[in-house]
Amino acid sequence: MAEIDREQLFKVARLARLELREDEVDRLGQQLNDILAAVSKVSELDLSDVPATSHPLDVVNVWGEDEPRDCLPAEEALANAPEREGDFFKVPPGGAV
Amino acid sequence: MASSEWELVCGLEVHVHLKTRTKMFCRCALEYGAAENTHTCPICLAHPGALPVPNGRAIEMTILLGLALDCEIADRAVFARKNYFYPDLPKGYQISQYEAPLCGPGRFKLPDGYEVGIVRAHLEEDAAKTVHAGGATGRSVGADYSLVDFNRGGTPLLEIVGAPDLRTPEQAVWFLRHLRQRIVDLGISDAEMEKGTLRADVNVSVRRRGEEGFRPRWEIKNMNSFTFIGRAIAAAFEEQKKAHEAGEEVVQSTYDYEPDTDRLTVHRSKEEADDYRYFPEPDLVPVEPPAELVERLKHELPESHVERIVRIAGELPPDTALALAEELVMTGNDWKAVALNKEGVEFMPAAAIAMNRGDFLLENAPALAKIVEANVTREALDEAFAAAASGPIDAADYLAQAAVADESELRPIIDAVIAANPEQVETYRGGKEGVLGFLVGQVMRESGGKADPRVVNRLLAERLRQE
Repeated sequence: MAEIDREQLFKVARLARLELREDEVDRLGQQLNDILAAVSKVSELDLSDVPATSHPLDVVNVWGEDEPRDCLPAEEALANAPEREGDFFKVPPGGAV
Repeated sequence: MASSEWELVCGLEVHVHLKTRTKMFCRCALEYGAAENTHTCPICLAHPGALPVPNGRAIEMTILLGLALDCEIADRAVFARKNYFYPDLPKGYQISQYEAPLCGPGRFKLPDGYEVGIVRAHLEEDAAKTVHAGGATGRSVGADYSLVDFNRGGTPLLEIVGAPDLRTPEQAVWFLRHLRQRIVDLGISDAEMEKGTLRADVNVSVRRRGEEGFRPRWEIKNMNSFTFIGRAIAAAFEEQKKAHEAGEEVVQSTYDYEPDTDRLTVHRSKEEADDYRYFPEPDLVPVEPPAELVERLKHELPESHVERIVRIAGELPPDTALALAEELVMTGNDWKAVALNKEGVEFMPAAAIAMNRGDFLLENAPALAKIVEANVTREALDEAFAAAASGPIDAADYLAQAAVADESELRPIIDAVIAANPEQVETYRGGKEGVLGFLVGQVMRESGGKADPRVVNRLLAERLRQE
């Protein structure tokens, strides 16, 4: 089974815009590897005849009518915004962490 | 050893906003130009616990598009999460389709008969609109901060991936124009570049004619003008040719096109690498398009304007085409006004095809009319029409190259074409005279483009009436 090494851990953290402290690296690395080990149990089975599952429910074709419903007022939409300018959400410049 | 000529290898990825009333995964109304952040809800703002519900109409529209492009409609389509971190995407992922798109391989035929492959078409949601404030360029790089309006976030977005079958910048633009027209006729999108409801990414590489496989490509992102798309492709083609000839490495990368300088600059990436970690969207169940739905949509397909153009062109005698082109010019720039009096806007390309070729700038119509009238060779005609698509031309440059009008030279070719196409000859004699255009085309090809199409037209028609 593939192990998550330090480099991969930092890459995954970077992709999720998470900052890791040095003391978190070992603990989180261990936890991720435990999760991988648990999931890879599945590969012990012969599943060559089993089609890939994309959803646990045996249900298909659930969709809604194209009928508008009420939206939130801008004030409410912006209520949780840490910063705003006018009725815009104000965020750090594109892509910055 | 002389190496063969460079050939353009170009494919387009086309994005269109679907003309639904509501968003893709929530029922917020779509309204272009509304006051910012007035069309949002917990789903499109990605509040914790909010769950998406697909828009059934958007699914229908996607299948309709797939049918129009001769795509295989999937038995089972699956939504997938495309993970990336950006403020215009509050969930931290875009819901798209990855391994199992709604529409599989298809094709789109241009009026000149050239077929462009369609790799796939899938349904996804658009990101929110970001305004970059401060800084010098108005781009994200160097901005002080960004402002986000989530009204557009979650708009149904159809992505059509075209095969790398396009061989000239003009052909790429022509393909996009006709694809756009088809989309508009289907009633699934306004597909207006100025409004951002039609956007295209352009992939460009080059290779030696006859070479197998592909060289590294450049992706030019978010092009929103037909003219700039043509110019960007031409610029990328030239730069890559030069680089390969100089033995420099062409690195696969993403570029922006700067219209002011006609140069391509490396695009600063949102994510250091495309590492989207796609996986099936657990909040949504698969779509298995019901047979009766697909059947119903097949019956809703309007006639393809491309087929209509080809039909009109086949029936349009060259003289009428010329008259039409001249009439179009007489009315100034508003050629649509003329076209509306006839059989729709298709008359413009139909007239052009009847004059042997496709798209051209209206201002060139008088010169083209002269060139066609002067019976120049097919080659000269091809050159003239190619040049006429991108800038003003001078008829005098082409008039010297006269076509073969000698009947004794043309008769054997005509006999051979008639012998080789018994089915079309039968159809013609059965009363479908539109086939004549096809047979004329065959004679033109056999003559290496040097025959005078009008003489061919007359001789063919005479010959077909004889037996």
